[in-house]
Amino acid sequence: MTADRKAKIVIIGGGPAGLAAASSAVKNGTAAEDILIIERDHVLGGILNQCIHNGFGLHTFNEELTGPEYAQRFINIVEEEKVPFLLDTIVVDVSAGATKIISVMNKTDGFFTIAADAVILAMGCRERPRGALNIPGYRPAGIYTAGTAQRFVNIEGRMPGHEVVILGSGDIGLIMARRMTLEGAKVKVVAELMPYSGGLKRNIVQCLDDFGIPLKLSHTVIDIKGKERVEAVTIAEVGPDRKPVPGTEETYTCDTLLLSCGLIPENELSSQLGVEMNRVTSGPVVNESLETSVPGVFACGNVLHVHDLVDYVSEEATAAGKCAAKYVNAGQESEVYRTDAESAGKPASEADKHAADIPIEIIARDGVRYTVPSTIHIDRMEDLQKIRFRVGAVYRDASVVIDFNDKVFRSQKKRILAPGEMEQVILKKSDLEAAPDLKTITIRIEEAPKD
Amino acid sequence: MNKITELTCIRCPIGCQITVTQDETGKVIDIKGNSCPNGYKYAGNEVVNPTRIVTSTVRVEGGELPVVSVKTAGDIPKGRMMDCMREIDKANVKAPVAIGDVIISNCLGLGVNIVATRNVDATL
Ligand SMILES: Cc1cc2nc3c(=O)[nH]c(=O)nc-3n(C[C@H](O)[C@H](O)[C@H](O)COP(=O)(O)OP(=O)(O)OC[C@H]3O[C@@H](n4cnc5c(N)ncnc54)[C@H](O)[C@@H]3O)c2cc1C
Ligand code: SF4
Repeated sequence: MTADRKAKIVIIGGGPAGLAAASSAVKNGTAAEDILIIERDHVLGGILNQCIHNGFGLHTFNEELTGPEYAQRFINIVEEEKVPFLLDTIVVDVSAGATKIISVMNKTDGFFTIAADAVILAMGCRERPRGALNIPGYRPAGIYTAGTAQRFVNIEGRMPGHEVVILGSGDIGLIMARRMTLEGAKVKVVAELMPYSGGLKRNIVQCLDDFGIPLKLSHTVIDIKGKERVEAVTIAEVGPDRKPVPGTEETYTCDTLLLSCGLIPENELSSQLGVEMNRVTSGPVVNESLETSVPGVFACGNVLHVHDLVDYVSEEATAAGKCAAKYVNAGQESEVYRTDAESAGKPASEADKHAADIPIEIIARDGVRYTVPSTIHIDRMEDLQKIRFRVGAVYRDASVVIDFNDKVFRSQKKRILAPGEMEQVILKKSDLEAAPDLKTITIRIEEAPKD
Repeated sequence: MNKITELTCIRCPIGCQITVTQDETGKVIDIKGNSCPNGYKYAGNEVVNPTRIVTSTVRVEGGELPVVSVKTAGDIPKGRMMDCMREIDKANVKAPVAIGDVIISNCLGLGVNIVATRNVDATL
């Protein structure tokens, strides 16, 4: 198939992940004009454009920025480096192979294809839709996801309502509780199904506690009143089986119900492409180079796993950009970096393939829900490798334990571990090289003995 | 008696747990648990004189967007947040607006400006 355009690296998504990946690819030797960023929105910056609150980038820029300011820093870098980008253009398909064919569409050019050596997936995530609201009956007006409400208020300048109940304690819901309160709305309660909050502790402090908004854990919405527009919402406590406990119902009059029930990576393209997916994160499975199971296809940011810290997104995307640059550079100069037979243009010997292809497997266990990456090739890893993960429950004074094969390698005490906060451990290449016959690395939580 | 306060640092999303100890006069004598100097400063302030950054939007005339996002360029006393919002709601700007443009100078006489946090071009 001949493509209409060519690029060495195509980046799908112009949010913070795509932008940081682009600037890192340039720093690592890919010419800016050989890169192409494709963004379906009419501006770069992704979801940060609507996150107008502050607290971004303190550690990246040593300054406390708002979302749009943080995004603009990266947009400026990409513009200064003259990385080409297409706006209002949506990627509809990606096909795998030594050369990837990216099919895109926009209003001016219609449908066209781009051939690329490497692809970086940076499509971000979307909110769990209102189907998450598992109640029968009418669907009156006045029910929005928190992110939709955020766009209304912060971009379009209109308020979705004046008396609000929020279901779910995800960060966007918490941020919107404060935002709408500041704009004069009355936020009556935030109900969370789980016994712990889905959002960051700092957001509970500054978005709810500061304004006296109650957070009811282990509560859910059981009834919505109103035919045309929401008139009232009834919540009830749930037991350990997550079923409502009779007699605990409370009804709040309100005109708006916001849903903040979590985010899911935007991975339709990744699945079409046939990359192996992780069932826990709903994102692709990646190795130390943030490369998916399809060689030359990399992933970073919220499409890989949902982040709550954009600083980490930028850091991860910088690594992905570097690995993609290495991949295309290696493709030009030698075949060392590529081990798959297809890209070498000739079948690799079985023995060669074996040595390079069997990576160390990283296992998530005992409270650790997943890790990114899932595998490490020692020969390709950097001197320091970050392993990011999330836990499945709240732990106090527990330890994060790293096992090499089945032996404890390191144990680290943590005052608090919570599902809402991404955690990380750092592995040293020299430690991995020194471990004899290393096949698996396990990351697990060991709870403090109860006394 | 010393007073011990447990805080969650809100300066960045890492959210360190900080313990502040004050003596009987209210003087801060110990701060523990912060991972960086920003947290040290935050915790010391929070027990004596809590402050916040306020972010909101201001109407734009003739812009490609109806509103522009803004923030207080520095901290203001926590108790003055709603007063500050009323000032922001009254404001109005003409496009184009650039990041850093002062929208309200010395808001409420607190010595802090309200500045734009986004570029909004004028419609052609
Ligand atoms: C509604 C919402 C609110 C959020 N609020 C906060 C917050 O307040 N604070 C916080 O720290 N984090 C927040 N997050 C998380 C936030 O998404 C991350 O911090 C960060 O912005 C992720 O960067 P990203 O580049 O991975 O994704 P995004 O910023 O989502 O960027 C992905 C980009 O890819 C584009 N794209 C997707 N599919 C295609 C396609 N097929 N073709 C072309 N382009 C495509 C999208 O248009 C988008 O611009 C929020 C997320 C959502 C969904
Ligand atoms: S102490 Fe520093 S690192 Fe910790 S939350 Fe505060 S600002 Fe962030």
